[in-house]
Amino acid sequence: MPGKMRVETTVNGEAVEFLCEPRQSLLECLRDILSLTGTKEGCNDGNCGACTVIMDGRIVTSCLVLGVEAEGSQITTIEGIAGAGRLHPIQQAFLEGAALQCGICTPGFIVAAKALLDENPNPSEHEIRLWLANNLCRCTGYDKIVRAVQSAAAI
Amino acid sequence: MNSFDYARPVSLAEAVRLLSDRGSRARVLAGGTDLLVQMRAGRKDANLVVDVKRIPEMLDLNFDPREGLTLGAAVPCYQIYRNATVKKLYPSLAEVSSIIGGTQIQGRASIGGNLCNAAPSADSVPLLIALGVKCRIASAGGMRDVAVEDFCTAPGQNALRPGELLVSLRFPPPAARTGAYYLRFTPRNEMDIAVAGAGVSVELENGVFRSARIALAAVAPTPLFVRDAGAMLAGKPVNDESIQIASESARQTAKPITDMRGTAEHRRHLCGVLTRRALQIAIQRARENR
Repeated sequence: MPGKMRVETTVNGEAVEFLCEPRQSLLECLRDILSLTGTKEGCNDGNCGACTVIMDGRIVTSCLVLGVEAEGSQITTIEGIAGAGRLHPIQQAFLEGAALQCGICTPGFIVAAKALLDENPNPSEHEIRLWLANNLCRCTGYDKIVRAVQSAAAI
Repeated sequence: MNSFDYARPVSLAEAVRLLSDRGSRARVLAGGTDLLVQMRAGRKDANLVVDVKRIPEMLDLNFDPREGLTLGAAVPCYQIYRNATVKKLYPSLAEVSSIIGGTQIQGRASIGGNLCNAAPSADSVPLLIALGVKCRIASAGGMRDVAVEDFCTAPGQNALRPGELLVSLRFPPPAARTGAYYLRFTPRNEMDIAVAGAGVSVELENGVFRSARIALAAVAPTPLFVRDAGAMLAGKPVNDESIQIASESARQTAKPITDMRGTAEHRRHLCGVLTRRALQIAIQRARENR
C-alpha cells in the first residue's frame, strides 16, 4: 500500500502540515485530520456543493480535490469566514433572513457567496443564482438564500 | 477509493516517463472532476495518479496571430472564459467553458479533460470539432497531432495509447467572416447534461458559404462530426433554404438512442432544430466579424 505523504499548506491563513494517503480527498483531510468539521460532506461526487472551500482564490468542491493537491496552496474553509468574535456579514444575513433550515448546505453556500461578493460586490439576482447553481439546498427553496446574499451585498 | 501512488511531475518528459512505466495502470489528473468521481465509483482504477498541473505546457494559454490559440490540456474552464483574448477571438470557446458544470466545477475542470473523458454528451467537443482543433499528444517517442474529430473512439475511450499524454489543443487563427456557436438542449438552465447539442462554425464570402463544419453531442457513441452536413453548404447562398438542407442532413446522420435523458426520436428532432439555430447565430457572428 502506498505510504502517506506530507502536505504543507495554508488553511484560513495558518500554515499547516499533515500526513495523508494520496487517495484521501481534501474534504477528508480537513474533517478527519485537521478536525475542521465545518465543511460538510453531502454527495461526495461534486454535485451538491456542501463541501465548498476556496482554494487559491477559486471555489472548489473539496470532495473532488485530493489532499495532496493542496500542497503549497491557500485554503479558506467556513471556519475562516468570520472575523475575531464577529460573524461575517453573509453569516449575519443568513441568520437574520432565516436562510437555512437543516443547515447541512449552509457552510458551502456561505463560502461560495463569500467568493462571489469578493469579486463581484454587487451581483444581480441572476448572477447570484448562476454562481450558486453548484450548491444544492433541499429545505429552503433557495429564495431566502438569494435574498440573504443580496442583503449582505448591500452592507 | 482504492489506494494509489501520486506523482507531481514538473516536465512533460518526466510525465510521459511515469505514464509509460505504468502503462494502463496510470491515470492522468487535471481537474479531477471526472476522474475522482469515476475512481470512487469503481469505474476506473489506477495504481498511479499523475497530477499534470505543475507542467508549464499543460497550463499554456497563448495566442499567436499565425499559429492561433494554444490551450494547455489542464487549463481550468474559468481561466478560459475570463481570458480577454479568448473572449474576443474565440467567444464560442469562452461560452462553452462557462456551461460545463457549475462555478466550483469550472474552477478545476479543463477542456482537455472534457475531451479525454470522451463522453458522447461532452459539451466542448462538438465545438472543438467545428473549430477544426488539433490535439497535440506527447509520448516517450516525441509528439504527434490528431484531429479532434478522430480523438474520441467510443464512450469513455479515446485515441491515446498507453504512455501518451494530451498536452494541448490548437485552434486555428480566426479568419474574417467566420463565426461559431455551440447550442445544447437541457431541461434545466445550469448543471445539466445535454440531451443533444450542436456545434457549428461557418466561413462566409460574398453572400455564400465558403465552408462550414457541424458536429453533434449526445446522439452517437462519440461526439459526432457530421462532415457532409457542413460540406454541402460550401458554395451555397446564405439563406434559410441552405440552413434547412444542412440541418436536415445533420438530423438524418445522427444515431441517437433512447435513455433516461430523452428518446431517440426526440434527440433526432433536436439535431435538426439545434443545428438550424446554431447556424443562424454563427452566421450572424460571421457577418459581424470583418
